Amino acid sequence: MGNAMDTILEARDLTKHYGDVVAVKGISFEIKRGEIFSLLGPNGAGKTTTISMLSTLYAPTRGDAVIAGHSVTREPMAVRRIIGVVPQGLALYDDLTARENLIFWGQMYGLSGRALSQRVGEVLAQIGLTERAHDRVKTYSGGMKRRLNIGIGLIHRPQLLFMDEPTVGIDPQSRRAILDSIKELNRQGMTVLYTTHYMEEAQELSHRVGIMDRGELIALGTQAELTQQVGESETLVLHLSPHEDAETIAQALRAIPGILRASATDHQVALTTRHAKEILAPVVAQADARGVKIHSIDIREPNLEALFLHLTGRALRD
Amino acid sequence: MKKLILIGLKDVKLILRDRAALTFMLLAPFLLIVGLGFVTGQVGRGSSGIEAIPVAVANQDDGRLGAALVELFESDELAELVIPTFVTDATAARSRVDADQAAAAVIVPAGFTDSIIPRAGQLPAGRAIKLEVYKNPGRPVSAGVIQTIVEGFISRVETGRVAGEVIVMRALAAGLIPPDQIESFATAMGERLATTLAGESAIRLRATVGGGEQTPFNPMAYMAPGMALLFLMFTVSNGGRSLLAEKSQGTLAQLLVSPTTGAQVLVGKLIGTFLTGVLQMLVLIAASSLLFGLRWGDLLGVFVLILAVVFGAIGWGMLITVLARTPGQVAVVGSAVMLIFGILGGSFVQLSMVPAWLQWLSRLTPNAWGLDGFTILGMGGTLTDLGQPLLGLTVMGLVLGALSVVLFNRRSLLQG
Repeated sequence: MGNAMDTILEARDLTKHYGDVVAVKGISFEIKRGEIFSLLGPNGAGKTTTISMLSTLYAPTRGDAVIAGHSVTREPMAVRRIIGVVPQGLALYDDLTARENLIFWGQMYGLSGRALSQRVGEVLAQIGLTERAHDRVKTYSGGMKRRLNIGIGLIHRPQLLFMDEPTVGIDPQSRRAILDSIKELNRQGMTVLYTTHYMEEAQELSHRVGIMDRGELIALGTQAELTQQVGESETLVLHLSPHEDAETIAQALRAIPGILRASATDHQVALTTRHAKEILAPVVAQADARGVKIHSIDIREPNLEALFLHLTGRALRD
Repeated sequence: MKKLILIGLKDVKLILRDRAALTFMLLAPFLLIVGLGFVTGQVGRGSSGIEAIPVAVANQDDGRLGAALVELFESDELAELVIPTFVTDATAARSRVDADQAAAAVIVPAGFTDSIIPRAGQLPAGRAIKLEVYKNPGRPVSAGVIQTIVEGFISRVETGRVAGEVIVMRALAAGLIPPDQIESFATAMGERLATTLAGESAIRLRATVGGGEQTPFNPMAYMAPGMALLFLMFTVSNGGRSLLAEKSQGTLAQLLVSPTTGAQVLVGKLIGTFLTGVLQMLVLIAASSLLFGLRWGDLLGVFVLILAVVFGAIGWGMLITVLARTPGQVAVVGSAVMLIFGILGGSFVQLSMVPAWLQWLSRLTPNAWGLDGFTILGMGGTLTDLGQPLLGLTVMGLVLGALSVVLFNRRSLLQG
């Protein structure tokens, strides 16, 4: 399977069934050493299940993955020494301090003595918690807990770091700090598999992106390769009043010539077109005629969200 | 092995920082011990031992055994323990109990001796006449002590009777006595054996401690382990709850993606629960010794018994954990089991005072075996006298542990 010098992870036909439900349907992809690879997709797309199989938490129903030369199904213990995992939820002991948490997890990876103490100090500095190192975790803010969660994934200097939606539910400042720290880790040579349903995060961080939907990998490549699939299409996004029925309006606007696709989410209507400026006037006129109140209009150039819409007919956050 | 200890020590550290758990593990049993001490009058008194139990004795028997029982209650050995009042009939004896003037009444019916040792020229009675102990429900511990004295007396009388029969049969077979003298020989032998043995102290009330100091039996030494064992069940079910809590808070999954096996996680957590249980028992024992002057007996015996009783209790804790699905379920089932075992296992009522079938059922609880052991030690026994309790608790821990492992694998709890 692939060249071990370039490829740190190679997944082939990874499949996971939960009873009759197929959570992941035979996905295959590679991750190169030193890159940030993102799995982008809405909630329920199968991203977390994929990471769970790659991190040896769940055995695949079918297929396998090789990480740095070790099979996740046949050599799980060897794989666990190579990878670090930052789970979607917090996995911390609230009644221990940050330092005690890091020491415990470091011990679980076989670190001890001076090496452990030194590494704990480094990680605390890296995640900006040195001054609060001796406070119990239960006194921390959500953002601080998230940073410690990441620190635990880094404590043993893994070759490959899995990060499962690490910015969910935190404030913009903490989110910015986390994204910056991931870029810094990558600059230092760490390979990262990052999952998110935020298109902006995937665009900002990733060298390559895999787009997942309903358990399948529906697109894979660099951002440039992916946006090319959408062609020259632009997206016109109408922000409506909360009482408006976005679905009915989307249906009505589909009839306007030049609109390739129309979809509705919450209080927004997204219209895919080749010439956004040209269809702007008839769209506004049609809305006026139906008595629809438009708060604002965005014109977006081709991006991953447009690609997802193009491939699935649904918005990324459906 | 190092990893197992690290997981266990982490759990102990977490428990020591959990105020609610500490309240249940240490404060609640301690307060109950104090409360029960006040109820039984053992706290706030100059002496901490049971003393001067008032007992009414009605001896209507005109034989040697009735007299021997009276002598026993008048003996120097029981002088500090009981204050006997001798009355003429059973009604008067019961009246003293009903009026709370006595903890119990001991009634020796007429013909008691003759029913056991027939007079010359008489055939033995078909059935021995029973002694009666009429107990004061308001003084269960004191009444239990009197009952124990009388049971010991009966046991020795029976021993003497059987020994007499054996001696006579052997003497006859060996031709040591002519057949026409069997009756007089048997009567003399039976009386001598029965009364000699019956005159011995029925229970060992004094334990030699340290430099020969004598300490009286103290009911607090029964209540304190009773409460400690009751709340030990909370600790072991809390240990199970912590495993499920690790699952719900994500740390179990995080452990399983580190180079740690599921078995290491499980055993490590059991070690944590074991250490916590031992620590709880040691703290309660040390506190009750320092504050109430309780003598728990042979230190080595106490320590080994603690290890065994925690081991047995953990078996139940494991079973509760694998049968429950959430930390909340473990808490509810664990609390119910804690109370049921407390009642069944003798933490609230002395097992000698409950029906035989209930005593048999109590053997399913670590409380009953543990209390047996602590009572043996409190009465002056040592580690070598703890065979039965240690065996019972070890078997309990092994059987329940094995059952839990089988059920645990089937449910694949760890892997979801």
